Amino acid sequence: MQSGEKSLLRFTATGSVDDGKSTLIGRLLYETKSIYEDQYAAIEKTSRKKGLREVELAWLLDGLAAEREQGITIDVAHRYFETPKRKYIITDTPGHVQYTRNMVTGASRADCAVILIDARNGVLTQSKRHGFIISLLQIPHLIVAINKMDLVDYAEDVFSRIVEEYENYSQKLDIHDIVYIPVSALKGDNVAAKSKKMPWYEGSTLLRCLENIHVAADRNLVDFRFPVQYVIRPHSDFRGFAGKIVSGTITPGEEVVILPSGKSTSIKSITTYDGDLQEAFSPQSVVLSLADEIDVSRGDMIVRKKNLPRMENSLEAIICWMDEKAMAVATPYIMKHTTKSVKARIAKIVHKIDVDTLHRKPADAFGLNDIGRVEIKTSSPVFFDSYKINRATGSFILIDPLTNNTVAAGMIRDAVRHIEDYAEIQDEDIDKRKKSPHTISRGLNIELTGREKQNGHKAVVLWLTGLSGAGKSAIAMALEKRLFDRNCKTVLLDGDNLRHGLCSDLGFSPADRKENIRRAGEVAKMFFEHGNIVLCTFISPFRQDRAVVRSLFPEGRFMEVHVQCNIDECRRRDPNGLYKKAQAGLIKDFTGISSPYEAPETPELVMDTESLSLQKCVDMLEEFLISNLCLY
Amino acid sequence: MTSFNLSFLRQLESESIHIMREVAAEFKNPVMLYSAGKDSSVMVRLARKAFHPGKFPFPLMHIDTGYKFPEMYKFRDDFCRKIGAELIVERNEKLIAEKCHPLKLGVDKCCSHLKTGALLDALRKHGFDAAMGGARREEEKSRAKERVFSLRDAFGQWDPKNQRPELWDIYNTRINEGETMRVFPLSNWTEQDIWEYIKLEKIPVVPIYFALEREVVIRNGILIPVSSGSTDEPEKAKRILCRFRSLGCIPCTGAIASSATTIDEIIGEVRAAKKSERENRVIDLTSDSSMEQKKKEGYF
Repeated sequence: MQSGEKSLLRFTATGSVDDGKSTLIGRLLYETKSIYEDQYAAIEKTSRKKGLREVELAWLLDGLAAEREQGITIDVAHRYFETPKRKYIITDTPGHVQYTRNMVTGASRADCAVILIDARNGVLTQSKRHGFIISLLQIPHLIVAINKMDLVDYAEDVFSRIVEEYENYSQKLDIHDIVYIPVSALKGDNVAAKSKKMPWYEGSTLLRCLENIHVAADRNLVDFRFPVQYVIRPHSDFRGFAGKIVSGTITPGEEVVILPSGKSTSIKSITTYDGDLQEAFSPQSVVLSLADEIDVSRGDMIVRKKNLPRMENSLEAIICWMDEKAMAVATPYIMKHTTKSVKARIAKIVHKIDVDTLHRKPADAFGLNDIGRVEIKTSSPVFFDSYKINRATGSFILIDPLTNNTVAAGMIRDAVRHIEDYAEIQDEDIDKRKKSPHTISRGLNIELTGREKQNGHKAVVLWLTGLSGAGKSAIAMALEKRLFDRNCKTVLLDGDNLRHGLCSDLGFSPADRKENIRRAGEVAKMFFEHGNIVLCTFISPFRQDRAVVRSLFPEGRFMEVHVQCNIDECRRRDPNGLYKKAQAGLIKDFTGISSPYEAPETPELVMDTESLSLQKCVDMLEEFLISNLCLY
Repeated sequence: MTSFNLSFLRQLESESIHIMREVAAEFKNPVMLYSAGKDSSVMVRLARKAFHPGKFPFPLMHIDTGYKFPEMYKFRDDFCRKIGAELIVERNEKLIAEKCHPLKLGVDKCCSHLKTGALLDALRKHGFDAAMGGARREEEKSRAKERVFSLRDAFGQWDPKNQRPELWDIYNTRINEGETMRVFPLSNWTEQDIWEYIKLEKIPVVPIYFALEREVVIRNGILIPVSSGSTDEPEKAKRILCRFRSLGCIPCTGAIASSATTIDEIIGEVRAAKKSERENRVIDLTSDSSMEQKKKEGYF
């Protein structure tokens, strides 16, 4: 593989003082042959001078004189290494209690986090804090490396105890992919080479784990967002808008809207030094020119007409306070969000989060390292998505205009939902989602609980997602028969059927898929509200689209079922001959072939149709409904 | 099918372009430091890409100690003429006239006057509020700790213990009167990435990066070319096939034994390298924290 073709993984490593983090990174660098002789010689010389018996590998990483003096990591350091498969950027992040702000700094861009725990000490408060920050920052993958196994005789029960304790804690967090690995950074066990001392551990080594993390699926390729950075105007014939596509994809000719003006136009060209592009995607930096002369400047955002971010001047966010000077309500700050800087003030502190217990408590102000939820008012509207679905348009920093310090990192949850704010909602032309502002949503004629009582079962939505050919429709049809026999009220919403009618105007581009799923979700909601068990079978390849549907339903009433099957097996089954057509290039954007499938991270149920019979799948679903008290 | 996967090099490219555009948009009077070395060559290519089809909206500035290799001066002038870039050359003329030399003043002091001093004077003289440099975090351990946007006080000093948090790719570019920002668009590039990119993009570089038989004297394991005039024992010279892995001032830059005459051979050599890139730079070897000290004083 050409080095330039390799993929990139950014990960952050963190641990408490003396957990051996620097040794672990030193070990990774050493095992991947990334330590140079002269760098080694330099630390060897210093180690000798200090009268140490062994060379302090950790000093390779502690770059500042003060760090070497105190033997602690003060600031985030960046390290680089590569394997034949990947290039790695490590942000080496201090876990010392005073330096939470550096941890947020180091972790903000990471694809994966490695938390170190000293096997002798077990789960400390610090280890929990690290996990909490990782969950706040929505880092998709977490590896917990339980280090110094050599000092506990490589005992399985020590490892299991720590895993259990951390699992208990992490269940309260929003982290979906956690792997635990017993290691000894000092001796090299399970770092790059499999340990012979721990035959009881059957998982991967740390390096192998890092090599195999699938990061492409973590990107948001659905929502096109282009914050304008700079206007390029070399001569009167060319006016281009330079920026980075922070999410989504775009092609020339697509209709777009400029925010905040709301003016529509289309993409004329995507210009780069290496020639015009026929398609561009995140995270490319490009120059867009538009079909019409429209006033656009830095801080504006170019988005697709049918896929808009929120546009509000009052929003709710989680912030981490990073300044010595405490935060004060109503003080003016500057918010930098994408390429836009606006004045902002904290309108209200909703609560502070006690990082140790995860309890929320009231607060009047935030001091250094405090984390909590606030409401922020901005002087002009910002265009955002929630951080959960879009890291780039959901994040911001606050700057103190007096000191110019970066005082907070913010992650947007949503717009503030107060009734009076709805009066401020912008131009209806821009917000397509509220296309009929003068209609009134009438409440339900018959309460859902009443219908449920009459039906003798709860109303729920079972959303079957998976590749074409995985068996979604077959399962749903068989299940519906079974439910019918139990006198249940059911509705079967089949993706293909919907596409022949309600959604016949839609194709298979990511934008159209999104709309297709949105409509399906709304229809499901109507049937749900009328007391039905709604069985939905949709490939629904994008995680985010499914999350939007989920948000339409009360907690516990939307069940995502991943009907899992290997693509090769689906291709072999090919019930409707679609794979053949896709392979021949007759179908564009075919999931699994020419369009991605993002598997659910936390589905309520997974059914592997390669190993389970249809009968068994239906049994499983029925039992699942019973155990969730949906069928009485 | 568009895979929507961007290779590592293209991701780095996009990140650097993003940084340069932030600088151009948010500072009043930015400058790009240019040394004619390989990193500068890559940085200038990225700047051209960032503002294409326009010209990049800042001048290049070379802090010249007077001790650079003749090939570097020639390359610099030809290159800037060819791409039509505005080039500012700044020198500490007074000290150059006084024959300031590392053998006389010591390496640290010489550097402090001819490079750091000249740079700070030049920034003040032109009123530059941001200076982009080609330093990379991988090069040296104190650089590994520096932010992409690194605030310097009115004296050009870096305060490593009091750096602003840098979150996501949202950069805080605000400075007070008198302060300046150093910006490092190549922060996340490694030496190997630089060469891979030079190959991919066919970027021209100074010819002395390639191996040639040169008359050298071996001192502390560093090959000092006789032509540099910085050895008093030319009689001990040997002819050795060597090249320059990184370029600095002649008296403080040694060559390394190498037979790499093509970019591919250099890439192969870098990949197998057992020593770090700055092994041949006398400036870093004076103490374990010499670079940190220099940076605190205002070095790049």
